[in-house]
Order: sequence, then C-alpha cells, then structure tokens
Amino acid sequence: MITKRIIPCLDVKNGRVVKGVNFLGLSDVSSPVELAKFYSDNGADELVFYDITASAEGRQLFTDILCEAARTVFIPLTVGGGINTVEDFDRVLKCGADKVSVNSGAIRNPALIGEAAKRYGDQCVVLSVDVKRVNGVFRVFAKGGRENTGMEAIEWIKRGVDAGAGEIVVNSIDTDGVKKGFDLEMLDAVCNAVSVPVIASGGAGCTHDFTTLFKTLPKVDAGLAASIFHFGEVQISDLKKELKSNGIPMRI
Amino acid sequence: MVGIVDYGVGNLFSLRSSLVAIGADAFVSSNPEELKKADRILLPGVGAFGDAAEKLRASGLADFIKEEVKKGKPLLGICLGMQLLFEKSLEYGEHEGLGLIEGEIRPIADVIPADYKIPHIGWNALHFEKNDCPLFKYLNEGDHVYFVHSFYATGCKDSVVATAEYGAPLTAAVAKNNVFGCQFHPEKSGNVGLNILRAFCETEETSLC
Repeated sequence: MITKRIIPCLDVKNGRVVKGVNFLGLSDVSSPVELAKFYSDNGADELVFYDITASAEGRQLFTDILCEAARTVFIPLTVGGGINTVEDFDRVLKCGADKVSVNSGAIRNPALIGEAAKRYGDQCVVLSVDVKRVNGVFRVFAKGGRENTGMEAIEWIKRGVDAGAGEIVVNSIDTDGVKKGFDLEMLDAVCNAVSVPVIASGGAGCTHDFTTLFKTLPKVDAGLAASIFHFGEVQISDLKKELKSNGIPMRI
Repeated sequence: MVGIVDYGVGNLFSLRSSLVAIGADAFVSSNPEELKKADRILLPGVGAFGDAAEKLRASGLADFIKEEVKKGKPLLGICLGMQLLFEKSLEYGEHEGLGLIEGEIRPIADVIPADYKIPHIGWNALHFEKNDCPLFKYLNEGDHVYFVHSFYATGCKDSVVATAEYGAPLTAAVAKNNVFGCQFHPEKSGNVGLNILRAFCETEETSLC
C-alpha cells in the first residue's frame, strides 16, 4: 500500500536555512545540507527546498547547495521559489531535484506548466497555490500571499492539472502560522476537484493535526510543514510512529 | 566499475551520486567503447518509452547492451530503463524494447481501481515473489521504495522478483540471469535503495536469480 508522505520544507535565503534552530547533534543548524540529512535520517519522505533569495548570487549559492544536498540525501527533492521559465527547471533538475514547484511564475505565465510538463513529464511539475478565503470564495494569492490575483482557486488548480501539473501543494493562508490544524474544508474541495496527488500545507501545530488530516481526508497524499519541524516541536520519527499506530500507512 | 548509460533521457546526477555514496566506482558515458570497460551496466531513464527506445537504437547502445548481456555482464534497468528491458510497450502506440526479458509494458490504469491516482507516486512496500534474488541481499520483505510511474510490466512469467500493492500487485522488480530491473528509483529510496545498488554492485557475472 502506498504510504502517506511527511515533507519538511526548508526555506533557503543566501545559502542558509531561515528559521534554523538547535537540533541535538547538528553542528550547523542553518546549513541546508546538514538539516536535509537530519530530516532524511529521521524519516522524512521527501524534502522541499524553497529558494527565497532575490539576488543572482543568492540564486547561484542556492543551486550549489542543492547539488550538495542531492549528493548527500537520497530521497525525492522538490525545489521551489524563483521558478519562472523552463530554463529554471533545467537549472535545478541538473542539480538533482526530482520535482519543481511553480507558483507565481505559473500565475504570470500559465503556459509554463504545459511547457515544463511536456519536456520533463507531468510527475516533475508541482503546482503550488497560496489560497485565502475572500468573502467566502477561495482566491489565489501571488507574491508569497501578498497579492490577491482575483482567480478562483479551484478553477486555477483544475486548469493547472489539465495543463500537466502532476501534483498540487495547497497552502492555506487562512490557517498558515495559526498552528490549529490544516484547512480541511479547503483541502477537501481541492481533492474533490482533481485526481492528482494533493499535498496539504499550512496550519500544522502538533502531531494530532496530521492524524486529523489523514483520517478526515483519506485522499490527501502528504502533509508539508516547516516551523514545527525546524523548532523541534514535532520530531518526524515520532510523528510517523504515531500516525502508523493510528492506522495510517507510513514508511517507518 | 559501474558504467551508467547516458542516452539523453533524464538527468543522471542523483544516480551517479548514489553510487559514489556507496563507494562504487561509477562513470557516465554514451560511448559503447568506454562503457565496455565497465564490469556492470546501469540503464536509467525517465520519459516516454518510444522516444527512449529510439534513442537507444539510433546510438547503437541497444546492440551494445544486448551483446554485453550475452557475455554475462550484469545489467540493471531503473524505472523506464527497466521497462526498456522488455519486448514491447503499449505506451502511446506500440514500441519495441530490448527484448531481454519476456513481457510487455501496459498502462497501470488497465489493472488498478478507477479511484486510484495515476501516476503511482510515493513510497510503497516491496513484496518479494522470490527470496533469493541477489538484489535483495540486504533487504527485508516490506521495505519501502520510491515509485513514480504510470505504466507497468506484465506477462513477465517467472522473472518478477518483487511486486508493490496499488489496488493490484504491480511489478516492482524483475530478474533473469544477469539482467535486473527496478520499476522504482533506488537512488531516491533512502538506505533501502542504496542497499539495492550495493547488492547490484556485488553481483557476479552471469549470477542466476
């Protein structure tokens, strides 16, 4: 049986992990490579590297670090942030990324999804969407959640899947950072609209939130989180054991 | 020394890195003369079967691989590289493969329930169909490996050594004499995957599975 995936997300800026904290045995907590290895050793099923650098030097540094991580860690790697062209796909795939996540780049140029899917396959293209309720309607936000695009989220996601997106990351701005659980209503709407894997993001505050996610919405394939893992509030190995004891298929 | 066949499909960075990680001496080449020096061959691949099979034939690598296999050199196909070992594929038309293992490649949609997602993507458990396959030397039944595929091998007779359950038992690994294939990605399957590669690097020429 296919297992549910637990995915930590590492935000990388100028070659360092943002929000790094102390982990036992880690000599450099803000080294993306060390943290990636730590997570992989602790049972992460996949890793997301998110490039939040703006400068060209930062971008080069990110690419170098990605290569180093891919030499050290042998689980699937997804890369996001600053992906605007097929050349950007090429740049990170050559460094060992397996999947590439597009967000604002696809909003600016929706043809990017289809072009990349055609060249690298659907399984390579992840559509990441920041969604927020505006007057009761799910709207797509751009630029890290700062700008309302006015697009209806479910329609946008369906369009992305039709164009070739092989996986959807749904990040609920409404629950992100609140730590009171994933946005089950939003995720349910997305799961009912598309047949590709759906990754839940935004809102995880404790182990129980993941149990609720997978129990309530069996169609959700993976749970993604950043700060609760980085701050050590939840250890991935403990989380996965707990989920497994609750009958959720897990790779232990 | 492991020769990784480069025929222009997919990037080989992770595969090469995983071999380096287990201490294997590995090189990437598209040149049959160079690849001849390797004592075992890895055939990777992502993308469409028809295109990949055509590239293998056009470059002369298809004939080269068949000759080396005939001499007893161990060969491991990964993902699309495994599918290419078979006689033919029905992925968007009908395409001829290397014909090293009996069977054909068909859409998983033919056998899995309608509510299962395609591709079959993620970590799934290996069920051994045979316990004595050299690839599984360091593995346990139920170990998880990482899959990404929409097509599967069928009609493989007794060459299936492991399956994965996805609404139907899908062919996960095959072996026939010195020819091996993994539908999943050992280079992305953590320590379990590295142990499969390690075991492959320790296979003897013409070892029987």
